[in-house]
Amino acid sequence: MSTLDPVRFLAKNMRVDLALIAGMIAPGTRVLDIGCGDGTLIDHLFKTKNCDARGIEIDMGEVTHAVAYGLPVMHGDADTDLAYYPDNAFDYVVLSRALQAVERPREVLQQMLRIGTRAVVSFPNFGHWLVRWQLLSTGRMPVNATWDRPWHETPNIHPCTIRDFFVLCEEEGYVVERWLAADDAGRRGPWRRFLRLANLFGEQGVFLLRRR
Amino acid sequence: MDQPATCADPAHSHVTFDDGIVLECGNTLRRHTVAFRTYGTLNADRSNAVLVCHALTGDQYVAEEHPITGKPGWWDNVVGPGCPVDTERFFVICPNVLGGCMGSTGPLSNRELPDGTESDEPWGTEFPPVTIRDMVRAQKRLIEHLGIERLFAVLGGSMGGMQVLQWAASYPDAVFAALPIATAAYHTAQNIAFHEVGRQAIFADPDWLNGQYWRTGRIPARGLAVARMCAHITYLSEEALTRKFGRRLQNAPKDSTEAINLFGEMFEVESYLRHQGSTFVQRFDANSYLTITRAMDYFDLAADCGGDLTAAFKGTQTRFLLASFTSDWLFPTTQSRSVARALNRAGANVSFVEFPTDKGHDAFLLEEPDFHRTLAGFLRGCAAHAGLGVFS
Repeated sequence: MSTLDPVRFLAKNMRVDLALIAGMIAPGTRVLDIGCGDGTLIDHLFKTKNCDARGIEIDMGEVTHAVAYGLPVMHGDADTDLAYYPDNAFDYVVLSRALQAVERPREVLQQMLRIGTRAVVSFPNFGHWLVRWQLLSTGRMPVNATWDRPWHETPNIHPCTIRDFFVLCEEEGYVVERWLAADDAGRRGPWRRFLRLANLFGEQGVFLLRRR
Repeated sequence: MDQPATCADPAHSHVTFDDGIVLECGNTLRRHTVAFRTYGTLNADRSNAVLVCHALTGDQYVAEEHPITGKPGWWDNVVGPGCPVDTERFFVICPNVLGGCMGSTGPLSNRELPDGTESDEPWGTEFPPVTIRDMVRAQKRLIEHLGIERLFAVLGGSMGGMQVLQWAASYPDAVFAALPIATAAYHTAQNIAFHEVGRQAIFADPDWLNGQYWRTGRIPARGLAVARMCAHITYLSEEALTRKFGRRLQNAPKDSTEAINLFGEMFEVESYLRHQGSTFVQRFDANSYLTITRAMDYFDLAADCGGDLTAAFKGTQTRFLLASFTSDWLFPTTQSRSVARALNRAGANVSFVEFPTDKGHDAFLLEEPDFHRTLAGFLRGCAAHAGLGVFS
């Protein structure tokens, strides 16, 4: 299985939001990672925190890769398959950089906080100054490292800003236990206490939620 | 069809239990034999045993030359040294199912008389109807006999997958990992319909003699061959048939008795199916075919739990891998997905993968590198969780 070996070292350069998410998860807990890709986070959570971590992924190639690596991942769609999990089956349900790509973000969040005690959500911040500047200066949909496809090709059909997400949590009655804004390299922004600055300079938001 | 050359019945390694087995139908078999093969070595703490369950027309010769046909084992690309089910690491057990015809008790076995003695005539169609659960109970008896409390893994495709699901439902503590492949939790009306066509073909053969064909020394070869041909079509996909045969013609056999040959030619696919039919009858008993197809038709795991498949797996700690194939229309992905969802509801640890292939249901037996890689990886992950040591 030498072709798969490099995955073992993925944790070293794990996608930065995954490292931030892992930092919000307590050891020894039950975790469901929605849109888990090749299973990097669940592998990391099992190996470093002894979590019972499982994944759902919509891309069959990624599912095959993850299961062939020995990770418990099933093919499934966040929009339709969360309904098949029982209440409170997990301590944490994770959705990393996928909230903007699901069809019904509000319902997906509801399902996450039904089947899990807590939800960890990360998403690219559409309120970042560069996005605002591109739209303002060119009058066209922003295209950059984070939003890297033209509007008609993007899977990101529900972009939101950090402030938008706070409003949704308020409307839905979720408690934001922790949150942070980070740049793409995973450095936490110094804007933690100033939401408007975080919304301007944070490239992504990471939230830890629970039911009220 | 000509009668096939009779093959000497080889001695199959087996164990016979005299303590009786009460079947789901209510009948009791006072004595039953389980023929089986093993590969690899059972480790000191008996924790590396893997049970392989065969499909409708499979048998215990999973990873070695078949004693009758001389062909390689039916899953020798999956089970063997260095294979996904590595016999250098695991102790693999493959039994012939109850009702089978390769040494386990079935319609070919001599009939039990009411006084407990054995008749010198076979059961034939008088053999009591058996279910997938009966097959699994017979296998459980074998596993206990071998001194194994918990199987590291149970795997199988098609009807083998049904047995895997039944194992996980009946004996959750005895199954660490379950791999039901290209299977379903029940047989659909379409599945049953195809089986019925096969059974009717056997009944229609004048050599069948109401199942007492041993009286003449002939077998209902024609009917059984047609049953196999019909079933074989369901194991393939249209794409696979097109790819392999298309509309190509070949010369019809000189001795052909069929009047419908056009210009002495026949389609290649016809020839292929006839070959499949004629080789099958050399190794398979018609009454056994009837018994086992019935067992599959009656399988409905949810029905045993008031219609709720989730209840069958409530509280299970078994780790599951469900695998299906895109072009399999006999046991389509929707069936595996609904099992996966029922397992999700039960809070089970489930992996679920669908593999792209044009090979149809048969894909689970064929060269499918992604499938094999996934089997190996899943078992490796389970071994780590079971404390069986990290694979090199």
